[in-house]
Amino acid sequence: MRVQAAGPVPATIPEPAPADSSSREDTRRRPKADRVATIPLVNGEDGQFEEPILRLRRRIEELEALPEDAGHRKEIERTREKLERVSREIYASLTPWQKTLVARHPARPYTLDYIGALMTEFVELHGDRTFADDPAVVAGVGRFRGRPVAVVGHQKGRDTKEKVRRNFGMPRPEGFRKALRVMRLAEKFDRPILSFVDTAGAYPGIDAEERGQAEAIAVNLRAMSAFRVPIVVTVTGEGGSGGALALGLGDRVLMLEHAIYSVISPEGCAAILWKDAARKKEAAEALRLTAGDLKELGIIDEIIPEPPGGAHADPEGAAAAVAEAIERHLKDTSDLTGEERRERRYRKFRAMGRHEEQPNE
Amino acid sequence: MWFRKDRAPKEPREKRSKVPEGLWVKCESCREILYNKELARNFKICTKCGYHFRLSAPERLRMLFDDEKYVELEVGLRSVDPLRFRDSKRYRDRLKNAEENVGTSEAIRIGTGTMGGIPVLIGAMEFFFLGGSMGSVVGEKVTRAAERALVESKPLIIVSTSGGARMQEGILSLMQMAKISAALSRLAEARIPYISVMTDPTTGGVTASYAMLGDVNVAEPNALIGFAGPRVIEQTIRQTLPEGFQRSEFLLEHGMLDFVVDRTEMKETLVRCLELLWRAA
Repeated sequence: MRVQAAGPVPATIPEPAPADSSSREDTRRRPKADRVATIPLVNGEDGQFEEPILRLRRRIEELEALPEDAGHRKEIERTREKLERVSREIYASLTPWQKTLVARHPARPYTLDYIGALMTEFVELHGDRTFADDPAVVAGVGRFRGRPVAVVGHQKGRDTKEKVRRNFGMPRPEGFRKALRVMRLAEKFDRPILSFVDTAGAYPGIDAEERGQAEAIAVNLRAMSAFRVPIVVTVTGEGGSGGALALGLGDRVLMLEHAIYSVISPEGCAAILWKDAARKKEAAEALRLTAGDLKELGIIDEIIPEPPGGAHADPEGAAAAVAEAIERHLKDTSDLTGEERRERRYRKFRAMGRHEEQPNE
Repeated sequence: MWFRKDRAPKEPREKRSKVPEGLWVKCESCREILYNKELARNFKICTKCGYHFRLSAPERLRMLFDDEKYVELEVGLRSVDPLRFRDSKRYRDRLKNAEENVGTSEAIRIGTGTMGGIPVLIGAMEFFFLGGSMGSVVGEKVTRAAERALVESKPLIIVSTSGGARMQEGILSLMQMAKISAALSRLAEARIPYISVMTDPTTGGVTASYAMLGDVNVAEPNALIGFAGPRVIEQTIRQTLPEGFQRSEFLLEHGMLDFVVDRTEMKETLVRCLELLWRAA
């Protein structure tokens, strides 16, 4: 079900590192984006579409390894131009299934990468004060463009050990409750909330059920609908059903160009409705899970364009676009009073859905 | 799960949902052959093993409202096919078949009337309609019920039975969770009671929104209640689930329910809760 990484991938955004030591490993300096992005998206036939891009990146790497001379420099220049053109072309016409793979790309920037890039200060806050600290969710307070904010988000791991520790970004109830606790702090101290959504879904496990996975999600939805402080949500990768929505109810919901957001994974949907998980591509089409689809359906407010070749090819570029969009929307919604925001947020979600109405019989 | 129902031949479903037509019926749990009239007198609970047969929405509403009398609301709402969704069947055809076979237009019915003399709004879900799945219309009906409860200052009771969000309406189904939870938040702020009754089965997006948000959360005995379905969990963790996992009694033990109550005592217990919580002393 999960996309396998080809190997350990260091994190993307070099600095500043979050204040907390346990999260520092997620934001280690990594080599050039070009190098990291030669990691295959996914092995096998499904990943074929990225092959031309990878070939060009490998070519650039080879050329850069050669001794300096004017001929090489020119060749590198030309190859880079070609890389950008080819990336742009390929990424302009991704199918929904390909977007699903990109959204799950092992080198895609995660929440802590965005925090590292967007925040000038950050203090991570841990624990739900009831049971445990769930590493699949990060939460804390930080400073974004001079303004103190609260941040919550799903967190996937980079290397194998970190993936396991973060439970592949699939929260247990305590993760949702930690996020809620920090959002309540934001409400108490009048700080806007920035939320980053990137999860395959809430963890389907025995312990999660025992501790009330459904209740935790439901309570977050109810609470987020009623906060007076601004909430700006950004879907950065996978928006996996209830586990995503539990951090996803906001005044503004933004979505990266190649992120997905769906009621169920294409694999899950195919297994149930087609009785064959292999029909995931058809399911991905049918579910209308791309940013373009969601904009059309009135679920999201804005699509944040990604750099050519996707966010993982240029994490700094992606972070800059995310920062710009968040700041703009934050400014917009900050002009309202708390009551106005609540009312508008209510009306925003109240209008979601499609039905027809016949006169009462 | 509801998608299995579609494959099942029509007959067993009819037997189950329209029990009174046959003279005898077999208990799905203990296989005892039961006399139908006696079963109906016993709230459709097996007289031998206590198994609670699944109720249709009208049966549920008749059971809870005084003198079995209520006025159904929001009957004009119909599902559309916003994604033009097609898997092995077209969503439109699934809707049409469900309406013909189940005799209801959606997976929930909302009624207004009195319960134990208290004016209330009650929503009852219909598992036999596409597995009680929640799409835009279910979301709209529950939201309107909550908004009406707020305006009319009446307690709201939702009896859930659902496989979760309706895949064929994609992300729109997911957003119903947010929409309904927001409406329930307003009801809570106005201090009007909302009671959630969970019956077999209640899973997925319904559990993760309104079913778990009751001021009082109640379940019938041995109902399957959870977020993820048992098969999904088994596939994820690759081990067999313990006996009784995700059943009402398990949830009670883990602090997720206020109580588990037999169907025979459901109405009087709900009325007592409303009287003690809400009615002027």
